[in-house]
Amino acid sequence: MTSVTVTVNGASKTHQVEPRLLLVHYLRETLSLTGTHVGCDTGQCGACTVLLDGAAVKSCSLFAVQADGRSVTTIEGLAKDGKMHAMQDAFWQEHGLQCGFCTPGMILSACEILERNPRASEAEIRTGLEGNLCRCTGYHNIVKAVQAAAQKAR
Amino acid sequence: MAETQKIFGASIKRKEDPRFLTGRGNFTDDVKLPGTTYAVFVRSPHAHARIRSIDSSAAKALKGVLAVFTGKDLADAKVGSLPCGWLLPGIKVPPHLPLAADKARYMGDAVAVVIAESPYIAKDAAELVDVDYQVLQAIADTEKSLLPAAAQVHDQAPGNVCFNWSIGDKAKTEAAFKSAAKVVKQRIVNQRLIPNAMEPRASLASANPATGDVTLWVTSQNPHVHRLLIGAFVLGIGEHKLRVISPDVGGGFGSKIFVYPEECVVTFASRKLSRPVKWTAERRESFMADAHGRDHVSDAEIAFDENGKIVGLRVKTIANLGAYLSTFAPLIPSYLYGTMLSGVYDIPSIYCEVTGVFTNTAPVDAYRGAGRPEAAFLVERMVDLGARALDTDPVELRRKNFIPKEKFPYQTAVAFVYDSGDHHGALEKALEIADYRKLREEQAQARKNGRYLGIGVATYVEVCGPAPSQAAGSLGAQAGLYESANVRVHPTGAVTVFTGSHSHGQGHETTFAQVAAQELGIPIENIEVVHGDTAQIPFGMGTYGSRSAPVGATAVYLSLQKIKEKARKIAAHLLEANENDVVFEDGKLSVKGSPDRFKTFGDVALMAYLAHNLPKGLEPGLEFNTFFDPPNFTFPFGTHIAVVEVERDTGQIKLERYVAVDDVGNVINPMIVDGMVHGGIVQGVSQALWEAAVYDENGQLVTGSMMNYTIPRADDVISFETARTVTPTPVNPLGVKGAGETGTIASTAAIANAVMDALAPLGVKHIDMPLTPGRIWDAIKGR
Ligand code: FES
Ligand code: FES
Repeated sequence: MTSVTVTVNGASKTHQVEPRLLLVHYLRETLSLTGTHVGCDTGQCGACTVLLDGAAVKSCSLFAVQADGRSVTTIEGLAKDGKMHAMQDAFWQEHGLQCGFCTPGMILSACEILERNPRASEAEIRTGLEGNLCRCTGYHNIVKAVQAAAQKAR
Repeated sequence: MAETQKIFGASIKRKEDPRFLTGRGNFTDDVKLPGTTYAVFVRSPHAHARIRSIDSSAAKALKGVLAVFTGKDLADAKVGSLPCGWLLPGIKVPPHLPLAADKARYMGDAVAVVIAESPYIAKDAAELVDVDYQVLQAIADTEKSLLPAAAQVHDQAPGNVCFNWSIGDKAKTEAAFKSAAKVVKQRIVNQRLIPNAMEPRASLASANPATGDVTLWVTSQNPHVHRLLIGAFVLGIGEHKLRVISPDVGGGFGSKIFVYPEECVVTFASRKLSRPVKWTAERRESFMADAHGRDHVSDAEIAFDENGKIVGLRVKTIANLGAYLSTFAPLIPSYLYGTMLSGVYDIPSIYCEVTGVFTNTAPVDAYRGAGRPEAAFLVERMVDLGARALDTDPVELRRKNFIPKEKFPYQTAVAFVYDSGDHHGALEKALEIADYRKLREEQAQARKNGRYLGIGVATYVEVCGPAPSQAAGSLGAQAGLYESANVRVHPTGAVTVFTGSHSHGQGHETTFAQVAAQELGIPIENIEVVHGDTAQIPFGMGTYGSRSAPVGATAVYLSLQKIKEKARKIAAHLLEANENDVVFEDGKLSVKGSPDRFKTFGDVALMAYLAHNLPKGLEPGLEFNTFFDPPNFTFPFGTHIAVVEVERDTGQIKLERYVAVDDVGNVINPMIVDGMVHGGIVQGVSQALWEAAVYDENGQLVTGSMMNYTIPRADDVISFETARTVTPTPVNPLGVKGAGETGTIASTAAIANAVMDALAPLGVKHIDMPLTPGRIWDAIKGR
């Protein structure tokens, strides 16, 4: 067992964990933050995407111990004071989700895309979302949602 | 009705979304119970192997392991075979135990399960289970399974034949071909797909030893069907003792209809151990052991007279069913396929023979369109090949052969009666949006410049809203296909709708609430839709075949009519008016001609429960249940047009434009329908261009992960142009047809037709899917 201290959604957490415990399992099982999903075991689907020190990462491809001393934002930490983040709201407005399983990862990746490039074009948004799979929406409305969020931020 | 009229048919934001957007969805793997144990399955690495023995002593010795069960343990406990819910005449139904006891029959077939205190320990222990396999010769290939030398998958099915099925008039079709002016033949392969809903399957069973009750959370599209099949056929648990909850489900596309071994085994284990037992599939397990889709090899022939009228269609199909019969497997390549071979055309004679075969591959069952994409692809390719052979424009040939509008309801040559249709209407609209004439001009110009632009048209019809139970029963269904809805009005006038339909992305919590808000004239916020729990919902057949709106929402609508009728009686009594003079509008029940004399819906609801002043003989309460059994299926249709460019030097295909005009009858929520169309289009494009499940000759699944099985990503596709025509169905009072599958059904053919159109100057007529650059390149080079 190893001790890890991670700031998750603004609050500091310390736990004893098995060295092999994946970050996604730490979030889901140890912290009960089940908004971060597991869709594959090969780092391909992006359902597990969280922000690690502001950068979108696949939490299934990191060990909990690798987050020691760092800051993680999960989907649960995105809304502030009971108000949805602009990206969450854009996904709602534009119907950027159907089953909702890919949604948390999709939203966090989308946040990072606009963080880096607030004027991202459709092609840039599509490339930026390349690591997140969605089987329901055909991406059409997801792309529209990210465009709408970008528009609104201007 | 000005205010409320807007609710039905409006693009209302979804009620269910906030929880998904904020990470508070409740998927099966999110459910946490104290004392939960974890199951990991031991799966055969071989496609075909005799199980000589299983030594689980090392696994059992590992700290934290509670039990290891094998197929023998299940057989000893009299666990039953997974049942097949659709039987065809003469069909062979070999047993399918939840854990294989004698032989493993496909790579991924579960042979044992380990239950441990943590998933990590269970996984370690599964590695320690020592299975002594005698590897046998395997057969994976659809066509080769029928060769005399092929390995035999089941002793009960000699020659690997599960069933031989046919539909249509053979003699009449033969005569039509004899007198035809032109006959076009093509071998058509519809390759196997692997569903890959983003949420992997999962189940959590919790047995209560004190009461004998069991609750099973499972990723199911139809929890009542799960309860019935697991309870009655596999584990022998009375329905009153088994509660099945299917909470939020992350996509299904058919793959979560079926009863799989895993949910039966965790339920069995939980009862044995008196502890909750959870299993969540790893993606590699989804690839190996979720029911796959499609996998047909067909020989098709289409016959034309001298005027280009289609006079006959003859099809011989081999359908790969995999190693065992999945729950609805026999239905898909028979009554959801052969019956749709008339397409949108007035074809006087059709004959289709299907041989269902067993192979050492994962079971095949309904997937996203289920049978109809296979039929639509075949018909639409054959019509395009016909146009090429007759040297006419594919749109012209279609126009000439459409079922004319005045012929509806239309009896096809293959059993179905199409309820309604206006194929010309949808076609003309799509041509207009795409500007077909201009596209052809651009194409001519591009060709002059050595560029290979292709325009593909697919005009499709599909069958939705299963089904009239009696008809389904006569065709082999072992169940009825109605839907139930219970509408409960609470004393304050708030409403709960309990539906037997199940949403796994379709948005019923919104659309069904729209139907109720429309009918009762109350705010949508006052309505809650509950689904996915056998303890709360009277009964249900679930969601598949685009049936939720036409069957499920209609059941809701009919319960609402009963509510309104009783409300009117109560209001008439309170207003001292004649019941026939009470008008129910905008949430108010008023006396005809004197709008000031009214009671609100809330007043009436309250009185229904206070019961201080009810009409004589009327019982208190305001709640009704309806089972709706539709009189016919519904038949959505439309036209999709794809524009692609093929790069001659690389075989790369670029999607330029995609226009979809669908007619799904009346639409409850256009935003939601558009969304489903988008998703379906991408699946269809993906089958045409990228996706394929590949087994090697030893039955090893070569495409067993997201690294080697292509699931389209955002940058693989484009944005789409969608529109609709509206031809309401007469089959249900809402006039809705079902919209979940249209995109998938039309788009594969539209894309393939576009690519072949692009390659027409090079003499290329047909290439098997997926149309990878390598295959395009080979075809261009004449290889
Ligand atoms: S779970 Fe699929 S990338 Fe992490
Ligand atoms: S909304 Fe279902 S996978 Fe994206």
